[in-house]
Parts: sequence; C-alpha cells; structure tokens
Amino acid sequence: MTLLITLIPLLPLLGFLILGLGSRTVPKTWTAFIGPGTILISFIFSLIVIFNFHYFTLSPFHHLFSWINFNGLSISFGFLIDPLSILMMLIVTGVGFIIHVYSIGYMKGDDGFNRFFSYMNLFIFFMLLLVMGANYLVLFIGWEGVGLCSYLLIGFWFKNQDFNNAAKKAFIMNRIGDLGFLLGIFLIFTTFNTLNYPDIFSQAKNLPAGDGTIIAITLLLLLGAFGKSAQIPLYTWLPDAMAGPTPVSALIHAATMVTAGVYMVARSNILYALAPPTLAIMGIAGLLTSLFAASIAIFQNDIKKILAYSTISQLGIMFTGLSVGAFTGAVFHLTTHAFFKALLFLAAGSVIHALGGEQDIRNMGGLKKTLPRTYGCFLIGALTIAGIPPLAGFFSKDEILVNAFAFNHVIWFFLFIATLLTAFYMLRVLFLTFNGKFRGAANPNDPLHESPRIMIFPMIALGLLSILGGVINLPELSGGNASLEKFLSPVFAASKSIMQYKQPVSHSTGWILTGITLLGVLIIGYRALIRYTVQQKGVFPDETKKLFLVNLISGKYYIDELYDFLFVKPVLWLSGFLHRVVEIRLIDGIVNGFGNLVIRTGNTIRYLQTGNIGFYLLMMILGIILILLFNVVI
Amino acid sequence: MITLLPSITITDYLIFCSVLFCIGVIGVLIKRNVLTILMSIELMINSINLLLAAFSAYLNDPAGQIFVFFIMVVAAAEVAIGLAIVVLIYRTTHSIDIEVLNKLKW
Repeated sequence: MTLLITLIPLLPLLGFLILGLGSRTVPKTWTAFIGPGTILISFIFSLIVIFNFHYFTLSPFHHLFSWINFNGLSISFGFLIDPLSILMMLIVTGVGFIIHVYSIGYMKGDDGFNRFFSYMNLFIFFMLLLVMGANYLVLFIGWEGVGLCSYLLIGFWFKNQDFNNAAKKAFIMNRIGDLGFLLGIFLIFTTFNTLNYPDIFSQAKNLPAGDGTIIAITLLLLLGAFGKSAQIPLYTWLPDAMAGPTPVSALIHAATMVTAGVYMVARSNILYALAPPTLAIMGIAGLLTSLFAASIAIFQNDIKKILAYSTISQLGIMFTGLSVGAFTGAVFHLTTHAFFKALLFLAAGSVIHALGGEQDIRNMGGLKKTLPRTYGCFLIGALTIAGIPPLAGFFSKDEILVNAFAFNHVIWFFLFIATLLTAFYMLRVLFLTFNGKFRGAANPNDPLHESPRIMIFPMIALGLLSILGGVINLPELSGGNASLEKFLSPVFAASKSIMQYKQPVSHSTGWILTGITLLGVLIIGYRALIRYTVQQKGVFPDETKKLFLVNLISGKYYIDELYDFLFVKPVLWLSGFLHRVVEIRLIDGIVNGFGNLVIRTGNTIRYLQTGNIGFYLLMMILGIILILLFNVVI
Repeated sequence: MITLLPSITITDYLIFCSVLFCIGVIGVLIKRNVLTILMSIELMINSINLLLAAFSAYLNDPAGQIFVFFIMVVAAAEVAIGLAIVVLIYRTTHSIDIEVLNKLKW
C-alpha cells in the first residue's frame, strides 16, 4: 500500500520529467495522453486508497525514508493518509484531471503546449506533497513548489511584460507569507522538538488554551496561509494572477493552490483551537476579505477578475468558518468551491476562447444562443455559488452560516451580506455575458463558435459535481446524515472538545436562518435580473456623476495604489539610493581605487628603471649590504 | 716556500680574499668597459675559490677543493658565453661601453 501511495505524487512528477525534458521532441498527441493520463492514474490510486481506508484498516502513517538526521534533529519523509488528506487528494487529482482534459482543447494552438502540461503536472506533484506530507517540512516543500508553479504558469505567456510583472507580484506576495510560515515551522520545532503532525498535536493537547507560544506559532502559520490563500492584507496578487491561461486560473488560483491555506489551518486545527486570539484575527480578516472582495467584484468588468475576487471572497468565508470552529464546514465549502469555481473558470475560458481573447463583459452579451452548452454550465456554476438549493454551494455555505450564527450573531450577519453580494455579482456576470444583445465587434474571419467537445465534457463533469456535490454532507437539519462530518471527525475530534462551543442552533432556528438566506438571495437575484436584463444598466459607460463610495469601490479601494505608495515606491527609492551611493560610490570606488592606486604608484616609481646597468648593480650591492647589516643588527 | 705555508693563518686568507673580492666589486661598479667588468667578475669568483681551498685545507675536508674545480668549470663556461655576448654587443653598437646599453628602460 505504501508503494501505491508513493506512486500517487510520483506519477505526475514522472509526467513533468517526460514532458519537461522532451518539450521539443514529444508530439502534441502524446502530450495530450501523458499530461492528463498521469493525473488520471493518480486519481484512480486515490480512489483505491479511500476504499482501502473505508473498508480495511489502513495505517495513516507511511514512512518513506529518514530525511534529515543531524545532531538530535531527526526529520523523516513520509505521508500521512487520514480522512482530510484523502479528501484533498481526491479533489486535487480529480479536479486536476478534469482541468487537464479541458486544457487539451484550450491550449491546442499554443506553441508552449508541452511546457504548459509539464508545469501543470509539476503543480499536481507539489500539491499532492502539500496535502499528503506527514510533517510540516514536507508540507513546506509542496507549499513552495506550488508557489513556483503558480509563478511559472502566471507568466506562461512570458512575451508580455505585464504578465511577467503579475507573476513576480504573485511570487513576492507569497514570499512574504512564506517567511512567516517558515518562522512558524522553526518555532514549532524549538517548542515541540519534532515536526510530525501526530507528535505535535498530542503534545499540544496538554498545553493550556491561550498559551503564548501557540499563539505565536499559529499567527506565523496564519501569515503563510493568508499569503497563499490571498486574504487581507496579502490578497492583491490573485486578481493579477489572472494573466495566466484560464485553466491555470481554474486549477491553481481557484480550486487547489489557494485553498492550501485553508487546508493548513484545518490540518493544524488543534493548534488553532488552543489559540483564541489567532482565531479572532483570522475571523476578522476573513470576514473583512469576504466583504471587501465581494464588493470589488460588483464593479469589475473583466470576467476573470470578477471570478478572482469571488475566489478571494469565498476563501474569506472559509477562513471565517474555520475561526468559528466550523472546520468541517470550511473543508466542505473548500470542496464544493473547487467544483463550482473551477466550473465557472472553465466556462469563462470557453467564452474567452469563443470571443478570441475578449475578457471585458461590456463587450459580451447575448451569448446564450451561440454558446448554449457553455451557458448551461456557467448558469449551474453561478447558481451554485449564489447558494440556490439543492446545488452544492447551498449546503456548504449554509453549514458555515449556521455555525457562525451559533458562535456570534454579528459574524453571521456579515457573512449573510457577503452571501448576498456574491449572488449579486455572479448574476451580474451571468446576465451581462449571456443575456441581451451581443455588444462586441463581430469578427467575420472568426465567427462565434461553441467550444470543442474536449472542453465541453470537462465542464459538464464539473457541472454534475457542482449539482451533486452537496450529497457528501447533507446536513442533519434536512434529514441528511452529514457523512463528510463523520468522515472527517477523527481529524477534528480533539479541537471540538477543546473549543468552547455555544449551544448548537435548534432545528427551527436553523430552518429560519436558511430561509432568510434563501429569501435574501432570491430578492437580490431578482434585483440583478431587473437591473441587468430589463434596465440594461452597466452595459454602456454612463457619464453621470457617481457617489464617492462607488468610485472608491470601482477603484478597488485603491489598495494597489496604497501598497505601491507604501511599499513599492520606498523600496524602489531605497534600492535606487543603494545603487547610486553604496554600489557606485562606495563599493565601486573601493575596487577601482585599488586599481588606480597601483597604476599611479607604478607611474611614479617606474623611472627608477633607468636602463643603466651600473646603477642596477650598485642598487643590488647596496641591497646585499643592507641585508647583511640588518642581519648583524637584529 | 713550502716551509712558509703553515705560517700563513686562516685569518690572512680571509683578509686577502675579502680585499680581492672588494676590488672585484669596485671594478664592476666603476668600470664602463664590458671586458674590464668581466675580468672583475673573474676576480670575485677566484677570491671565493681561494677561500674555499683555504678552508678545505684548514678543516681537512677535501670537499671544498672539489667545489673549486666545479666552480672553475662553470666560470669557464660563463666566460665563454659572456665574451660571445660582448662580441655581439660590439657588432651591433660598435662599442663595448656599458653606458650605451640603456635602451631597456621605463
């Protein structure tokens, strides 16, 4: 079994090596098999693992080799196969495979076809290491590796300097978070003298809640999670990351990599349960992010950027869920989000593909007739994220909302607002893109066309998952058996007992909350329908004077400009100063000064070389006499 | 003559050789004629040879005298080369004045 588990991440690595080394020699048809094929085999192996886990006793810890042994420091390389990592493995390989298949169609005409698939396979490898690792160091390898792949794929079309800048921005923002993460790992090691999850968690259980070291550890790890999962204050890289090809946005910047932060917090749930101040910070930041990003999304016009802000907002909801102790809810929402957000991105990619690269929704409209299948898929995705029952998003979001209500009514209220905003901006995109009349310029050479089947089938698969995904965790409220909750309960059992739980909401309250949310979503959905299909607002640029708040939000709160002013400009100034003064004057001055000194000295004393042999001999003899003299004197 | 030899002490040899060596050095320094300089160098070499022979007798060690023969052979070779160079210098500069050979400078 260990071999099988080891093969799950190794196969994508093999795919990366074949496609990466043979990027000029492997034919595209082979790539189309190798790229998704390795992921498919990994997915099948993951299914075997879950069946083994379910029906037989499967040991959770799989030690591969002893990795670092040095002076009392002993770190092994191994995999931890527990319900949480199995779930993540299934998401990564399953959604990964679907998006790989879609990419065959999407990237068909691209020169970097092989390079694209090699990066994607490498990403899956690192993502699997991240979720399967049995200690924080293996997780960290995956963590850094997915960051690298994200960088490579955002800057995939490297001939465009803007895309390169976006890639650099993503990498640097993640770097800030990773530093915190690394410091957190160091602190864990000095505190617990191990990095293995089970050892740390069993030791941590004995510590009192609110212990200072635990708070420091969790805050540092949280910084890493905020960088990777694009939360305030490190979120600005994700909208720019949309520069990458759309399948990349779907796989990395919606379904898997950006949820690594949520996974990490869920994995370290015991540490977080012991640190209430960290939970409070996480909850506030998550809540702020979800509202903030959702409000920005309403005023954006780039279809991919709207989805990016939506992702940020949904991740904020997940972090809020984690902070109120709804670990299962957050992981559930992570799962359904992977389905419906990947679906939305793939459908958006299909639209962009059909329009030949157009991403501005003001130049779309009326695509319902020309792209009926894409429309169907996008509709499912939009309704799912808006939280219409019985689609998957309804159940997962409701679970977080109900838990938040039990924890604190104010948090529930703000989450409710975020849900309404989500429904509004999603329907705005839907209506502006697919309803009304086509507003773009028709290209006679490249008429609007539905995407090929190889792109439609993956979208249908994700659509089915979005519709049926809720089944895995039907709440007890509506007569379900909360199977995901039971499946994951061994992972979260300890922190459930630690966290001071308020009374769970009664059934009637639960029904009322669900009803309120649903009613709100329906009303806001109706408003969006009227506003964007009947009144046709936001279609044409209006010259009317806008409110200050609207200007603020449509300018994305000017956070990019603020960061530019606060961090980028000073750093640029500092490096310019160091270049002008320290580099050129000081260091170059010293180095060139030595050269000049030698040249000048040589110029002065070279006249001693008169060419007169008698003089040379005299000097030689004087020298010998001096040496003898010194010999006598000293 | 033979009977006189033992009365000459090692000190006498030392003084004599030093004087001879200094004459050679001064000759090298003050003379401008290349041939004279070569002869002064021979003088220095021979003063050393004499000193080696004297110490060899004084210490009853024949190694010093063997050295003298080696030095003589080397000196002969050196003189042969030195004179050849002097001939070549004369052919190019039509002079054996050392002051003429000052082209190789700064």
